Amino acid sequence: MAFQLTPEREQQLPEILARYPTKMAACLPLLHLAQEQNGWVSDDVIAYVAERLELSAAHVFGVATFYSLYHTHPVGKHHVWVCRTLSCALNGADAIVAHCEERLGIHVGETTADGQVTLHTAECLASCGTAPMMQIDCEYHENLSPEKVDVLLDRLRQS
Amino acid sequence: MLQRTEHLTKRYGTKDGHTLERYLADGGYEQARRAMSMSREEIVNECKAANLRGRGGAGFPMGIKWSFMAPKVAPERPHYLVINADEGEPGTFKDRTLMEKDPHSTIEGCIIGCRAIGAHVAYIYVRDELHLAKDRLWGAIREAKEKGYLGAKPFGVDYPVEVYVHAGAGAYICGEETSLLNSLEGRRGEPRLKPPFPAQAGAFGMPTTVNNLESIATVPTVMRLGGENFSKMSALHPKEGGCRLYGVSGHVKTPGIFECAVGVTLRELIYDLGGGVKGGELLAVIPGGSSTPILRADELVNAPNEKDALHAWHGKSVLDVPMGVETFRGLGTMLGTCCATVLSTQACPVRAMHNLMRFYRVESCGQCTPCREGSGWLERLLDKIVAGTGTLDDLNRLSEVANSIMGNTICAFGEGTAMPALGFLKKFRPEFEEYIRTGGRSSTNRLELHAAAAE
Ligand SMILES: Cc1cc2nc3c(=O)[nH]c(=O)nc-3n(C[C@H](O)[C@H](O)[C@H](O)COP(=O)(O)O)c2cc1C
Ligand code: SF4
Ligand code: FES
Repeated sequence: MAFQLTPEREQQLPEILARYPTKMAACLPLLHLAQEQNGWVSDDVIAYVAERLELSAAHVFGVATFYSLYHTHPVGKHHVWVCRTLSCALNGADAIVAHCEERLGIHVGETTADGQVTLHTAECLASCGTAPMMQIDCEYHENLSPEKVDVLLDRLRQS
Repeated sequence: MLQRTEHLTKRYGTKDGHTLERYLADGGYEQARRAMSMSREEIVNECKAANLRGRGGAGFPMGIKWSFMAPKVAPERPHYLVINADEGEPGTFKDRTLMEKDPHSTIEGCIIGCRAIGAHVAYIYVRDELHLAKDRLWGAIREAKEKGYLGAKPFGVDYPVEVYVHAGAGAYICGEETSLLNSLEGRRGEPRLKPPFPAQAGAFGMPTTVNNLESIATVPTVMRLGGENFSKMSALHPKEGGCRLYGVSGHVKTPGIFECAVGVTLRELIYDLGGGVKGGELLAVIPGGSSTPILRADELVNAPNEKDALHAWHGKSVLDVPMGVETFRGLGTMLGTCCATVLSTQACPVRAMHNLMRFYRVESCGQCTPCREGSGWLERLLDKIVAGTGTLDDLNRLSEVANSIMGNTICAFGEGTAMPALGFLKKFRPEFEEYIRTGGRSSTNRLELHAAAAE
């Protein structure tokens, strides 16, 4: 079935379009909105965004594949992003990544078998003063220790 | 002498620092109100007198940048103000604190900035990951709008101003200003060739000023104190004025963001503000984000010539030079974002370079061959060295690859990769050679501290 925004999300569209002098400029916000609903940017989502913004599907696909936060493949319900750049690495990020892999039973880039969690590494998330850190969905978790990570992941797998 | 200030961070410690009520209690929006009755030239002159150097990394004087905008706004060519809050430079985490803890100073800065450059719309480009920051900015916009500070008639003056937040989608390169503009326009975030510069053809092809978020959030303070008084706060007045946010992270005991008058030294930043090095002695420091070449703790200033701007520090430690755009250029590095990353003697410089070169390979937008391929080569050569199979020849190859990126790319990402690469190779040549000779056994071969030392 072709992709449609829910009525509540649909209502946000005129306000988004009103921010910009061109329709194209709504491409990133609309992709965010659609991905939030669909979980990932499927071909249907691309076709939908292209049609609503009067863009070619190739343009929208080009945009969706450029940015790391649009998923062009199905992903888990939740996302864990562990920062691995220098300030975090100096404070033990590699051990946090290894710990997450072991705890979730997957490698970076994979999704747990129950479809609950996808594990990613991230480049510097502007949280270097509270390293090591990770982002789970929309939230930052800072000054991590393996014990702290366990609590967070356990909670996540049950939600 | 370390001089802490509280112009930008006054509300950081309070729970409600992000609310309009608290901002107004501190005299908030008085400067935007005043700016509405000032001419463009008057505001720009105030900013010029402030000697405010852009806080985004390049340190361009803000007042001069504003003066590049056409004095007359043609109706079919609206002007735009674009705020850069992409904050992706490794080691940098200052703009995030402003957005989360005190978003109204940014909104007030946007109103004044729009007025100064003849714009009616400001876009704040925030990296998507910063969800709290985006929420706080939108919240502040809503509050300001309800009060009539934004909208059709800000403060009752017939000069419409709207501010919008535009979220990125995960790409470091979108911090580069022309890439950011493409991303704002709904395109892939690939940098554009310059010229034309944004002041001629920026957002949507229209005259545009791109300012870093801290630069804009500082504008209300400039207006309140007056440009000249603002500038005089700085130890480097009149070259670089005012106060700014300093950050320190890595192997320090009390990492964080601290506001001080311009001219703090690395020694003050690491030992007084950062609480000193944890897990050993100081090995080296990356002064202002990963693109700024690293400085060794044992380096001395070499400026024997009396005409040299750094002559006053000749023979002294590089840690004792006031941090400024020009002073740090003189040291062969850059001030960058003023957020330093500290490495203790337990950290292996080969591993540190490897970590950062991986970052650049991941984040290259891929448009220019020297950058796309070069960053890959740098990482792969380091993979080999770290695996213990590198040769001394690989060190020369690393330099060659870095040198072939320099000056051959569309945007400054290329230099931002090559300069720190060459910096590591030059400053740590003996360590790199030893590492290769011993297959890594000469080194701690790690970045994180040993558990016992981490305490
Ligand atoms: C690869 C690259 C990344 C950049 N990232 C940022 C950034 O995250 N934030 C920022 O303000 N400036 C960044 N800049 C600098 C901007 O291009 C631009 O100079 C700056 O936003 C101008 O603001 P200012 O004059 O107020 O400093 C980056 C530059 C390059 C080359
Ligand atoms: S230098 Fe690198 S990041 Fe910049 S445009 Fe070229 S390929 Fe892209
Ligand atoms: S290095 Fe991890 S948040 Fe900056």
